[in-house]
This record gives sequence, structure tokens and C-alpha cells, in this order.
Amino acid sequence: MINILEVNETNKMIEQEKLDVRTITLGISLFDCCDADLDTLNRNIYDKITRLARDLVSTGREIELEYGIPIVNKRISVTPIALVAGRACRSPEDFVTVAETLDRAARDTGVNFLGGYSAIVSKGMTPTDEALIRSIPAALAATGRICSSVNIGSTKTGINMDAVKLMGEIVRETAEATKENNSIGCTKLVVFCNAPDDNPFMAGAFHGVSEADAVINVGVSGPGVIKHALEDIRGENFEVLCETVKRTAFKVTRAGQLVAQEASERLGIPFGIVDLSLAPTPFVGDSVAGILEEMGLESVGAPGTTAALALLNDQVKKGGIMASSFVGGLSGAFIPVSEDQGMIDAVNRGALTIEKLEAMTCVCSVGLDMIAIPGDTPATTISGIIADEAAIGMINNKTTAVRLIPVIGKDVGDNVEFGGLLGHAPVQRINRFGCADFINRGGRIPAPIHSFKN
Amino acid sequence: MNKTIITVVGKDAVGIIAKVCTYLAENQVNVEDISQTIVQGYFTMMMIVDTGGSSKPYAGMVTDLDELGDAIGVNIRCQREDIFTKMHRI
Repeated sequence: MINILEVNETNKMIEQEKLDVRTITLGISLFDCCDADLDTLNRNIYDKITRLARDLVSTGREIELEYGIPIVNKRISVTPIALVAGRACRSPEDFVTVAETLDRAARDTGVNFLGGYSAIVSKGMTPTDEALIRSIPAALAATGRICSSVNIGSTKTGINMDAVKLMGEIVRETAEATKENNSIGCTKLVVFCNAPDDNPFMAGAFHGVSEADAVINVGVSGPGVIKHALEDIRGENFEVLCETVKRTAFKVTRAGQLVAQEASERLGIPFGIVDLSLAPTPFVGDSVAGILEEMGLESVGAPGTTAALALLNDQVKKGGIMASSFVGGLSGAFIPVSEDQGMIDAVNRGALTIEKLEAMTCVCSVGLDMIAIPGDTPATTISGIIADEAAIGMINNKTTAVRLIPVIGKDVGDNVEFGGLLGHAPVQRINRFGCADFINRGGRIPAPIHSFKN
Repeated sequence: MNKTIITVVGKDAVGIIAKVCTYLAENQVNVEDISQTIVQGYFTMMMIVDTGGSSKPYAGMVTDLDELGDAIGVNIRCQREDIFTKMHRI
């Protein structure tokens, strides 16, 4: 039987260390919504999402109340729209109407974000893919809850450099289209390499083609809980450090698994995966940087940061994997800058540069995330950064992503407020040497040698 | 299956257990176990209860106990047992 100390430990995690379930994300396939007529397509999409997600938010609240654990976000991911809307959408403008429909469905079901305004162009782009990509700036400017992602490469296919070039331009255009609001459109646009089909976290969530009609995916969190556990073992060796992270990650993930199963049962929708991620928020005590500093770094960004992040990422997976029957998504530690107060502080004190962040992305689950850069950064430079990240993902067989915000009208030293969980970010210095001739070559980078495993 | 853990944390006072138990009895909630300790000067009580015989909706009980806690000046939480067993038992 459970004892009072265990009950207290769990409740302390929730009340003082910000343990929560970060998101319940309902993945919905929109393949059966396809139609050649744009109005019918939009109606089908709206009807299917609002039918399946009708009880998502209320069920989430019910679980929160009964188990006493906060579920911060309830969200929806859908089939990449480029695959669904091809027959009906002839132009970027047509695609924008679909974005508006998705936005309406998100609002009417009460979710804060809906992901899947996406295209998968790892090897090549169809005219439909290209039209969707070109519609992204207008779509993100016209909507508030829609998240967009484009997968431009994979270990299996190599990197589509035409798409990399185009995405540099699209990121800039999105920044311009939302410049009245600190270029906030770019906070909802992710460029991926090796994007997972079942990621529940925004802005990169979409419901992949390998998925069932509807599925419940859950993203756990809990950087504060890990940090508190490490406070008790200061000065101990790496064996003790790793064991402590692993044990704590196990407990955090079990809470996520329970919520996932409950949500699945109550909504009558199959359980997909638990994403074992440490996702920070801008609130004090909910920081991944804080964990790395607790391990013994004077500031995140100092020498030792990559090793600390690597062990954290690995131990979170090792602890989490036994706690859940199905693990997927991104799974690891997130290192967004604007969403993590410890990262923001490190940038402000000059300890954390974009180059160090790039090195860190080699060993964690995501990429260059939520980084504000000067508004006059050329599109080709953004493409160059995307290509670098994609190369890390392709060669290392892992997901990498880029979510940069070139904030129009802002330069190094300025601070940008995005609001809420998106946080705020200092505009970071980037390398000012160009790479236009490299990006403008066009074509593809072939798949790496280790992809040929057949 | 219907096991719930009720925790009461706060400054010790006369009648805390009585008031909580009165509410539970009025709503046909059976108390199966009570343990109590003082953590850092705070009164901490844990009850394992069975809500199977109660007609009260779960959400209503959570809210009522929260309000009762406010009235007595302690923090009362009411959570399904699974959150603890899943986390602390393999």
C-alpha cells in the first residue's frame, strides 16, 4: 500500500517543482476529408476535427482534477495539409483558406495550438508542396493557433537543398508578414530533418502518414523535478548523478503514461506514444539550463555543457523507456532559448552563443529552437543555418529542427517579448559571413553512406 | 479501483480530522486507512478512502474538500490513488 512519504513526494513534485504533463495531443488523420472542391474540403476538415476533438479539453480538465496533476496544454495535430489539400488547392491563397478553417476548428474545440500545416519534402517537392510552403507566411499571419512545419531532409533521403533555400526565404517572409507583432509567425514555423510522425509537441507536431485515424500522444515534462533531485546529491560522482536522473525520469514518465491511458480510455481513441521530453517554460524553476548548471556548470554554455546535456538526454530516455509501453516523438531534452529563463540569462551574460547551441543540438532531441536573430539577416544565411542543422540530423540519424525568429527592426542587444509560454528572447549575434553561393547551387545533398542498410 | 488518497496539510488545529470525516460520512465515502505525521512543523494527514459507494460526482468532491480546507485553514487534496502507485511501484 502506498505510504505517506510517497504521497508527499509526488505532491511536492507537483506543487513546488512544477511537475506537469505538458501536453495531450490528439492526432487526427484528414485523408478521408480529401475532395476536389475547396469548400467541401474545408467543411470536411472542420467537421472531422470538431467531432473527434469535441471532448478533448473537458476530458483533459477532468483528468487534471481527479489526479491533481496539471495538464498544461491540450492540442491537435493533423495530417500534413500538403497531402490532404492537393486536389482542391490550386494556389497559395487556396491553402490559406484551409489554414483559416483549421484555426476555426482549433478555436471551437478550445485547444491553444493545432499543428500540421506541413509538407514533407525530404527528397523533392510536388507543385502542391511548393504551393503550401509559399502560403505559410500568409497563413501564419492570418491565423493565431496554427503551427507549421516543413521536413527538408532525412538520413534515408539526404537533404533537399532547393527546399532549404526556399525555407530561408519563407522564414524571412513570415517574419515580415508578422512584423507588427515581433515577427511572432516564426515562433510557429519549424524546419525539420528526420521529423517524427508522432511528435506531440508544438510547433512541430503533425499526424504522420504511418498513423491510425486518430491517436492520443502525450508529452511529459519536469525539468524542475530533475533539478531538485540533483540538489540533494551535490558533489557526488557521475554514477550517482546518472542514476538520480534516471530514477526521477522514470517517475515523471509514469505520470505521463497514466494520463495518456486515461485520456485514451475516456475519449475512446487509441493511445499512441509518450514523448519523454524535458520541456522548459520561462517560469523560474522550470529550466533545462538550471539542471545543467546544477550539475556543476557556472553557466550553461561553458565548456562541459555538451557533455552535461548528452548525459541528461540519455538518462532521461533510459529512465523513461521502462515507464511507458510506447515511447516516441522527440524524446529527450529541449533547449529553446526564449522558453527557458536559464538559457535567456546565459545569453545575456555572454556565456551562450548560437555556435554552442548548435553543438548542443548534436546530443539532444531537437535543434536551434526559439532563437531571435537580427531582422536584417539574409535569407541565404538562414538557409545556411538550416542546412547545418539538417546535416547534423542526417549524419547522426536524429531529429534536428530550426525555429529561428529574424525579428524585423530588431538587432543584437534588443529584447523581444513573444508572450506566454513562448517567452522572451535577447536578439543573438550570428556569423555575418555569407553563404549565398553555396545555398544558390540548388539540387540535393545525397543520403549518407550509412543510410544504405538494405 | 475507486481508491482515493486525501491529504491534509497545514497548521495543526482542533477538529481537522473530525470535520473531514464528517464530510466523508455524509457522502458515503468509506475511510480505509489514516496515517498522520508532522513534517517540518506542519500537520500532514493521509487518508485512503473508497468512493465506490458515493453518489457524489468526483469533481464535486474535489471542490468541496478544497473549500472545506479553506474554511479550516489547511490544504486538502483529493486524488485518485493511481497517480501515486504508478509513480512509486513497478
